[in-house]
Amino acid sequence: MNAMPESGHGRDVSLCDYQHHMSRRTLLGAGGGSLMMSAIAQRLVRADEQQKTDPSRPKSVILLWLQGGPSQLETFDPHPGGIHGGDASAITTSVRGVQISDLLPQTAEQMHLASLVRSVTSKEGDHERAVYNIKTGYRPDPTLKHPSVGAVLCHADQAGADIPRHISIVPNGFPGRGGYLGAAYDAFKIYDPAQPVPDIRRSVSESRFEQRVADLYGVVEREFRKGRLQQLESTRTLHRTVTDVALRMMSSQQLDAFNVASEPESVLESFGDSAFGRGVLAASRLIEVGARCVEVSLGGWDSHITNHALQSAACDKLDPALSSLLKRLEERDLLSTTLVVCGGEFGRTPSINPAEGRDHWPHGFSVLMAGCGIRRGTVHGGTARTPVLDPDRPMLDVADPVTVGDLHATILKALGVDYREELETPIGRPMKRSEGEPIDAILDV
Amino acid sequence: MTRVRNFISVLCRLGWFVLMVMLAFGYLVSGLSEKQSTVGVFGSHKTMRTSAVSTTRADAGAIGEAIRGSVEKIDADRNQRLKGLGLNHSQPADWLTVCRRMSLALVGSGLSLEEIRALEQVDEPKRESVHLENLLRDERFHHYWAERWTRFLVGTDGGQFIVYRRRRFRIWLAEVFSENQPYDQIVRSLLTAEGLWTDKPQVNFLTATFDSNDGSADPVRLAARTARVFLGLRIDCLQCHNDFLGNVNLGDAPDLREGTQQDFHQLAAFFTSAKTNGLQGVKDGEVDYSYKYLNDEDETDVKAAVPFLSELLPATGKPRARLAAWVTHSENHQAARAAVSHVWALMFGRSMGNAVDNLPLDEWEHPMMDSLARDFVQHDFDLRRLIRVIAASQAFRADSRAAFEITPEHERNFAVFPLVRLRPEQVAGAIIQAARIKTTDRESSFFLQLQTMAGTNDFVTQYGDVGEDEFNSDSITVTQRLLMMNGKLLRELVEANPLLNTSAHVGMFAESNEQIVQLLYVAMLNRYPTTEELQHFVSRIECSEDSDEAVEDLAWILLNSSELAWNH
Repeated sequence: MNAMPESGHGRDVSLCDYQHHMSRRTLLGAGGGSLMMSAIAQRLVRADEQQKTDPSRPKSVILLWLQGGPSQLETFDPHPGGIHGGDASAITTSVRGVQISDLLPQTAEQMHLASLVRSVTSKEGDHERAVYNIKTGYRPDPTLKHPSVGAVLCHADQAGADIPRHISIVPNGFPGRGGYLGAAYDAFKIYDPAQPVPDIRRSVSESRFEQRVADLYGVVEREFRKGRLQQLESTRTLHRTVTDVALRMMSSQQLDAFNVASEPESVLESFGDSAFGRGVLAASRLIEVGARCVEVSLGGWDSHITNHALQSAACDKLDPALSSLLKRLEERDLLSTTLVVCGGEFGRTPSINPAEGRDHWPHGFSVLMAGCGIRRGTVHGGTARTPVLDPDRPMLDVADPVTVGDLHATILKALGVDYREELETPIGRPMKRSEGEPIDAILDV
Repeated sequence: MTRVRNFISVLCRLGWFVLMVMLAFGYLVSGLSEKQSTVGVFGSHKTMRTSAVSTTRADAGAIGEAIRGSVEKIDADRNQRLKGLGLNHSQPADWLTVCRRMSLALVGSGLSLEEIRALEQVDEPKRESVHLENLLRDERFHHYWAERWTRFLVGTDGGQFIVYRRRRFRIWLAEVFSENQPYDQIVRSLLTAEGLWTDKPQVNFLTATFDSNDGSADPVRLAARTARVFLGLRIDCLQCHNDFLGNVNLGDAPDLREGTQQDFHQLAAFFTSAKTNGLQGVKDGEVDYSYKYLNDEDETDVKAAVPFLSELLPATGKPRARLAAWVTHSENHQAARAAVSHVWALMFGRSMGNAVDNLPLDEWEHPMMDSLARDFVQHDFDLRRLIRVIAASQAFRADSRAAFEITPEHERNFAVFPLVRLRPEQVAGAIIQAARIKTTDRESSFFLQLQTMAGTNDFVTQYGDVGEDEFNSDSITVTQRLLMMNGKLLRELVEANPLLNTSAHVGMFAESNEQIVQLLYVAMLNRYPTTEELQHFVSRIECSEDSDEAVEDLAWILLNSSELAWNH
């Protein structure tokens, strides 16, 4: 894709920034389908070359996605004893003066490796729209599908591996998408790593499989090319190109990274006996072999009723996995090149409803970040212990609020991706990678 | 010893009984019990299921006569454009290729072997038109197009729980297509919808936006959607600022002007008259909209107005009814272009120009668009007639191969049929149908329908659903190739399942290895093999130690080919 020249940026969070428009005629001339396909083919080749020639480790991100909306009050921003504190207590952490919920005791011991942003705000209180918002950094737009973080990273930096570079484990219905960057950047989905990777093993003998592939390209594909568009394979179908990538993956030793069963029992136990725990362990193995974004989902946070019980149950799975991940990355000296982001689509209401639940709350919720230049042991912003809860002025209850766009700009900056750069959508519409500003208070870089 | 013998005897009888029951069950669920047996499709002149050729040749002929003038007009438009550009065009494609395009466009799969054998009984010049008429009456078409239009009209999101029923909306559209309601009537139903979303399914066009506007119709989203879907204009940017680079020109020709924020919000204002009224659902009310334009100090009271051809807007009436009357006015040519653009995209798998829903007022994609739009209005917004005209056009029937070197310019101008990657649901439909001898439709056994539905859903989820932007998917992914080479659905469809699968049936019933190869090609790619292909794969079967495996291998190869995954 042709990137547009960098230009000024502001904090305008409107659907589109008028300063960055170009004339329609200029844009329409910029790209047809065939050009786009050529670019994808070139990237595949370039990625392969880069992998062979550049031994340095590129930056990666592990996204622990808490589907349903975790309660900030039961996780990273507790207010015990306050009128809205609920049943959660606060415990001290490895960072002096910072307390988190008593439901995350193991994470508390690793807080010196991470930063907390306790003041994320958005305008989306519906699951589907909020997930889109948080995963892409943009609010839903009927005219455009934005790419999620993993797709943006993989698009910006083509360094990679035999295995897919963008992976979603236990995807929960909302895996990372390539959006306008194309389906080639969609996340590769796998489920509980206790099970084999889907569709990776051939169902017939190697010799029979090779014969099938040989006949496919030697007879049927050759016939299909006759008399049709020039350079059909390289400018349009890419059938052979992508098949070769898939075949390479099928025989790659890097596939072992999915196999968490090869880890010692003690390691498996430390991450927790759950699909999520195994997924997080697999994520740490996958980034070691070249995956660039691994998203692991954990559901069970949508606690409209019996909030404390539901949040406790979800924290029981999150706590060992998150703490073990941070510890493992630090021990293996991977935290400097691996960004860990842990959060959900929104938080939950300070008020507890009659069903002892908390409802959706986008006006101040928490995200944990660690690694890749994120300052250690820092807390940015926070929600009020005794909120005013004025529906017309929700920001009154949030100190140092940041937007979802800001969160994305921070993530991209930490990953070394130019968050201000404009990309071009397939119809030639210029679109910045992020419409926010980095939260410099939590960045070392 | 006697007791053991008795026990074994009972066991054998029981086993025999269970085997018979299973065979009977398999016989029923596979559809083999129907009057026309599978064996019939292996010859080309056997009696077929009557529904397969339900259109008489006389019907097709009369219909063809009725659209002849319209087809000649758009053919002349195409040829004049090609002549002006100095471009050659390809010869017409063979009837099977054209019929495959029709099936992919209207029911989302290729033809079944059963359908092909039935059509082979019809005089060759009539086959395409007979097939088209069959498809237009086919329930698969009504439901398939209902899902496509649902995506276009309300997207794929789940929306707000309780007040939005996407499935009801889709089923309503299927009924609308089944009845062949005129397009203008459909548009009026949507724009003026009132009542409960469960009782009046078209109300879901409005309630799909409730999630972003606190339980009421969102005028901003509805204005953007209306502009794209019914007017073929992308004016979303005007929500925030005036146009200043000529991207959105509005007003009346020849004095078009740059679009303004007022254009967008005045259109949005119509939808503020859709009031949520508790248990009564959506009711009509008054326009009530204020907005603070960029650089203004205060909010402005916004009146409802249209961005061009304002003289066509009725002066009186309910706000949304006025808007609907304006959109469907016979002189609102832009609205007719928008409808034609979408139908064209569904037929070809790609838009006529740069985007299906971006038809600037000052740019004409192709003279064919203009002719089709006028014809559409003149013939009472008849969608089936529009489909017939497009399907009969030289552009639709052109071969994707030519004796000259084909360039993207040939494709852009429809000098040849453009190669278009199938959408995920089309790939699923194509492989599922290819693996069955008989047509998988609502007359199929319950078991087969269930298997088809579940298989399609799972496959599309794994393959990668393109969402609502269906004409902008030109990528191939590693996931897709892995799914096709090693996935469960394909593995089950090519294996030697004697009850269900084409590969097993041809192995059992074909009279020669040549016929096996021919039948697999016809069932899977909807064409006969070339001599070279025939010889190669016959030789493969003959040299194989296990001919069943060789047949499975050929089925795998054909289902994994570009030819299956592309419309051509």
